[in-house]
Amino acid sequence: MKRIAYYQGCSLEGLAREYDMSTRAVCKALDVELVEIPDWNCCGSTPAHSYDPLLPAALAGRNLAIAEGEGCDVVATPCPGCLKALKGALDVYQDEKKRAAFLEVLGMPFDGEIEAISVLQALYEDVGLDAIKKKVMTPLKGLVAVPYYGCLHSRPPKPNQFDDPENPIVMDRLLETIGVTVPDFPYKTECCGAAFGVTRNEIVGKLSARILDMAVRVGARMIVVACPLCQQNLDLRQDQISRRAGREFNIPVVYITQLIGLALGLKPKELGLKKLFVDASTLLKELMDANAAGQEASASA
Amino acid sequence: MKKRIHTLNIDDACDASFIEDVEKASGQKVSRCYQCGNCSASCAYTYVYDYPANQIMRLIQLGQKSAVLHSSSIWLCASCQACTTRCPCNIDVAKVMQSLRIMSREQETVSEKNIRVFFDEFMRSTRLFGRVFETGLLPVYNFLTGKPLNDMDLAPKVLTKGKLAFVPHRIPGQKHIEEIFARFEAHKRCENKCSDGPKAV
Ligand code: SF4
Ligand code: SF4
Repeated sequence: MKRIAYYQGCSLEGLAREYDMSTRAVCKALDVELVEIPDWNCCGSTPAHSYDPLLPAALAGRNLAIAEGEGCDVVATPCPGCLKALKGALDVYQDEKKRAAFLEVLGMPFDGEIEAISVLQALYEDVGLDAIKKKVMTPLKGLVAVPYYGCLHSRPPKPNQFDDPENPIVMDRLLETIGVTVPDFPYKTECCGAAFGVTRNEIVGKLSARILDMAVRVGARMIVVACPLCQQNLDLRQDQISRRAGREFNIPVVYITQLIGLALGLKPKELGLKKLFVDASTLLKELMDANAAGQEASASA
Repeated sequence: MKKRIHTLNIDDACDASFIEDVEKASGQKVSRCYQCGNCSASCAYTYVYDYPANQIMRLIQLGQKSAVLHSSSIWLCASCQACTTRCPCNIDVAKVMQSLRIMSREQETVSEKNIRVFFDEFMRSTRLFGRVFETGLLPVYNFLTGKPLNDMDLAPKVLTKGKLAFVPHRIPGQKHIEEIFARFEAHKRCENKCSDGPKAV
């Protein structure tokens, strides 16, 4: 069993609770041991981008330092915003000119040996598509869904970058592995405006409406995400977006871990499906029932 | 309507050392920008910016400190990294935008006051509790910006899902977080003293 430090981040304790539930459930089912970082703290997220990078680096760095202390050499986070902060801390530490100041502000031992990855990367590289495929019990055949990656999944590009910065494919492959039909989605990495949900709602209305509209136009019944900020924006704010766009959107926005969990045979309740604002359960239940009926029919034939 | 055409008298307002300051703060060679416009074409926010990203880069080259640090663009930038990903000169444009935000904070030239209030409250919440307290953030922001009804249409929905905590949870190590903030502030004070503080706009 692979042992990975787990940094869930603040959203996953609140509005993105179901992302935490489904991530833990899926990792358990796939034999990935997530070691929660004891007493973890907030990384500063987007608001920290208006402060000297030293501050967010130290905030994120504390989590890395604690994880190192727990004997982990990899930390995985489900949140791309948190991932950027963790990687940012490692960058500051690697910069000879900034290291001393970083360690001074951090105020605890840290040797920078730890690596920060996304939970998607752990699923894709450490577990692997083949291993996931072997454990799929109820493939989600018949579901047409688009993956929406958001800004930060594979940007900015770096040497040894995981996934392609312009055309990321990891969620596409994971979804195909569990039986989902994935149409091409041109707005995979377009920004949804989540950072300004509270402060400049009209911007969110415009940017997010584009994404919802494109998903509908390519024939998707569902949008699949791996970012808690994108999810909240597109799901919780979908009525606001509809009002601003002058048209009715009604497309569920689910976490990829929820769909993988379903395919692995986990219960909807464990995956927090009912916690989503735009109902996804009805569509998924219809689909699973239809697939089960089809399986029975072919078994008895 | 937002003003899209600006007339600047570039001789009058030129601060020749500005480009150096920005390059030093961001670690990016802004002088290498050759105005291809990729950053602006990639930016989802160009339509709300007063100066598109490429113009910000050009204004830096021209020493237009005041126009740049007063612009709303630098605060409407979401750090999405699209510009950085596509700049043919390998300029980390998002990093430049971040450095400009920090400078405009120091110089008190922030044009998007509400965004600043939200960011500051977010960080204050982090400092106070160790983790950001989502439930408390919105009412405080609404109070400070005089918009009591902002986002209140979401409240009934959120309440039925039982996802938010009503009382903030202070992490056991909150003291460490407070110390990190305090050491950071001390470090900045010392840095400013050594460099005679930020230069006025
Ligand atoms: S990082 Fe900022 S300037 Fe660059 S594309 Fe994104 S929002 Fe625009
Ligand atoms: S993409 Fe780079 S070179 Fe092109 S205008 Fe923007 S900063 Fe300048």
